[in-house]
Amino acid sequence: MECVIMQMSGAQMVCEAIIAEGTKTVFGYPGGAIMHVYDEIYKQNGFEHILTRHEQAAVHAADGYARATGEVGVAMVTSGPGFTNAVTGLATAYMDSIPMVVISGQVPLSLIGTDGFQEIDAVGISRPCTKHNFLVRTLEELPRILKEAFYLARTGRPGPILVDIPKDITVDIGEFVYPAEVNIPTYKPTYRGNRRQIEKAAEAIKKSKKPLLYVGGGAVLSDAYMLVRELAEKTQIPVVETLMARGVMGAGNPLLLGMLGMHGNYASNMAMSETDLVISLGARFDDRVTGKLSEFAKYADIIHVDIDPANIAKLVDVDYPIVGDIKQVLEDLIPSLEDVNTDRYQAWREILRRYDELHPQSFVDSDKEIKPQWVIERIGELVGEQAIITSDVGQHQMWAAQHYPFDRPRQWINSGGLGTMGFGFPAAIGAKVACPEKTVINITGDGSILMNMQELVTAAEYKTPVINVILNNQFLGMVRQWQSFFYEKRFSETDLTFQPNFKKLAEACGGIGYDVTTKEEFDAALKDAIEKDQVCFMNVAISRFENVLPMVPAGGALFNMMLPQKSEDDKGEK
Amino acid sequence: MSLENERRVISVIVMNESSVLARVTSLFAARGYNISSLTVAPIPNSDMSHITIETQGSPRVMEQITKQLHKLIPVYKVIEHEEMVEKEMVLIKFPIVENLSDISALCSAYNGGIVNVGTEMVIAMVADEPCRIRHFIEAAVRYNPIEVVRGGVVAIER
Ligand SMILES: Cc1ncc(C[n+]2csc(CCOP(=O)(O)OP(=O)(O)O)c2C)c(N)n1
Ligand SMILES: [Mg+2]
Repeated sequence: MECVIMQMSGAQMVCEAIIAEGTKTVFGYPGGAIMHVYDEIYKQNGFEHILTRHEQAAVHAADGYARATGEVGVAMVTSGPGFTNAVTGLATAYMDSIPMVVISGQVPLSLIGTDGFQEIDAVGISRPCTKHNFLVRTLEELPRILKEAFYLARTGRPGPILVDIPKDITVDIGEFVYPAEVNIPTYKPTYRGNRRQIEKAAEAIKKSKKPLLYVGGGAVLSDAYMLVRELAEKTQIPVVETLMARGVMGAGNPLLLGMLGMHGNYASNMAMSETDLVISLGARFDDRVTGKLSEFAKYADIIHVDIDPANIAKLVDVDYPIVGDIKQVLEDLIPSLEDVNTDRYQAWREILRRYDELHPQSFVDSDKEIKPQWVIERIGELVGEQAIITSDVGQHQMWAAQHYPFDRPRQWINSGGLGTMGFGFPAAIGAKVACPEKTVINITGDGSILMNMQELVTAAEYKTPVINVILNNQFLGMVRQWQSFFYEKRFSETDLTFQPNFKKLAEACGGIGYDVTTKEEFDAALKDAIEKDQVCFMNVAISRFENVLPMVPAGGALFNMMLPQKSEDDKGEK
Repeated sequence: MSLENERRVISVIVMNESSVLARVTSLFAARGYNISSLTVAPIPNSDMSHITIETQGSPRVMEQITKQLHKLIPVYKVIEHEEMVEKEMVLIKFPIVENLSDISALCSAYNGGIVNVGTEMVIAMVADEPCRIRHFIEAAVRYNPIEVVRGGVVAIER
């Protein structure tokens, strides 16, 4: 290997590393401690920088970029408040294992520990919400740390990495050699699953009568969806997806039962309750999925495939633990199932088909008002697989997950683990930057959108025409739903009838606004928004008291679902 | 002691780098695991350190502790001790007015002795198995100790 040794400042090294890693876009916000790096950003043209209007949004945008592409997202912030604003973004990415590198400025080394201006212990604060973090202490170690940061972010179980760089290190000049390879003796993720365990798992599958594929976000992260589909098709084993796995099987796949968990559909939750063999692929048995643990998959043996050994047997006992990357494990597993007898599972598939017939994922539409589920299905009809859908957190998120016809992974981008309101819009900007040819729609709520609405300005400036569909129920709807069910309708601090003028708000920031009160208006607005190619707020008035159903009350058994009413009149809310 | 809350000793071999100890201890704090004692020292002729943690928890918690520790990037190895030799050291200060030969006899029964004598007090040092250290401290009470400093457990696999 030929290597040219160059003299440059720490700030230049940061830029060079970003370019060397192939990052095309950095999202960030400048300030005192990071100014030297920004000065170098000004001088270079190896990557674009997008100035969001809040550091939280910068990190979410980098996150959306990463989720849409599978590449490492990069965000940059200054010390102190710049960093603390970024923490929610780090935690959001951490909970969903998103590969990301966040670079933060820090006060000069000589000031560290003195409560200097805008000094905060960034590595201390971010330790529990990053995969790993670094405080750079010498210029010599900066190239290696940057290299390791990108490497750690994308390998093994991915996650966000923070690199905190004291200002003087960005000023100092030294030799720059970007390492070609990483060697961290203490970090050796396992990718290939244990052969014997895989054989045993294959035998268990062949012996089972009611097997169920339980697919989680790991299948998306490992880009294993083709193999998951192949496994399901070859074995004819039914599939349930978690919130994070929507799109892995593709809507319309006859083997896909739907999403399971708190707002899962009837057939999925019943399948999990009655299966005799759970084949878990990159799912982590989150409490929003399992409900009451002692009742979860009570009659089943469990095969658990995960790249993170700590996920295995964390919450449930596992009979066939397989540590490895989903893709590589499936490459080994599928050939072992060559002789599987798919008829074995015929009776099981039939039971599940009847469950789905009994209580399909449905809603009662209306002519008088717009139902949120109708909006989601309509978007699906109009833009379908060519859109990327992001969402915020609340009822709208669950309706989107339940009703949108996702065709492929990375088409559905949401904050599943942390449930961060305010994620959707900046994440959509990141996704649009990464995939400009796609229509990017943020399905959001009248509460959530306000948490990062300043990004209208960013989207208008950088011409990232994200369509924000605000399902406006004039409520913090999800909290209101819990108050309806579990707090005797005491709507404590959830009424949002005092509203901004969303249309004017969008216009004031250089976007377009639409007020939508009928289905016809919705169709017209969406068509217009797609044509105009400009950021917009589409304020859709929806029925106020619509609930997300089915619902498993927190801590309840999965099979005890509250189900939708069959008709309009037995709602009794109004 | 019930199986649910078994006492365990874990050795964690880590890279010698800043804040590695903070990573280990904050993991225990964040996940609600218990630390009864903790010792740390560099491993000779290497760039690693040996952390010994005395903890307790159910088998599932112990498994999680081990796995979560392993996930920390600078952690090289986690040893959940089964067959080990474990020792703890204690320094204990007595007033000089106490019966020194009794104190000396007690200390030697527990693998130690008097290590320092001043005008006002004597200091004894004892190194033994952790449970014997507890007995020793109980037995030493009758000589009115002024101060007791325990060193925490260190262990090595047999
Ligand atoms: C940052 C943040 N704060 C609070 C919550 C709790 N929370 C979850 S859903 C929700 C209501 C969201 O309201 P809206 O965005 O209007 O969505 P809707 O449920 O009405 O569709 C709240 C407050 C959260 N998830 N995130
Ligand atoms: Mg709302």
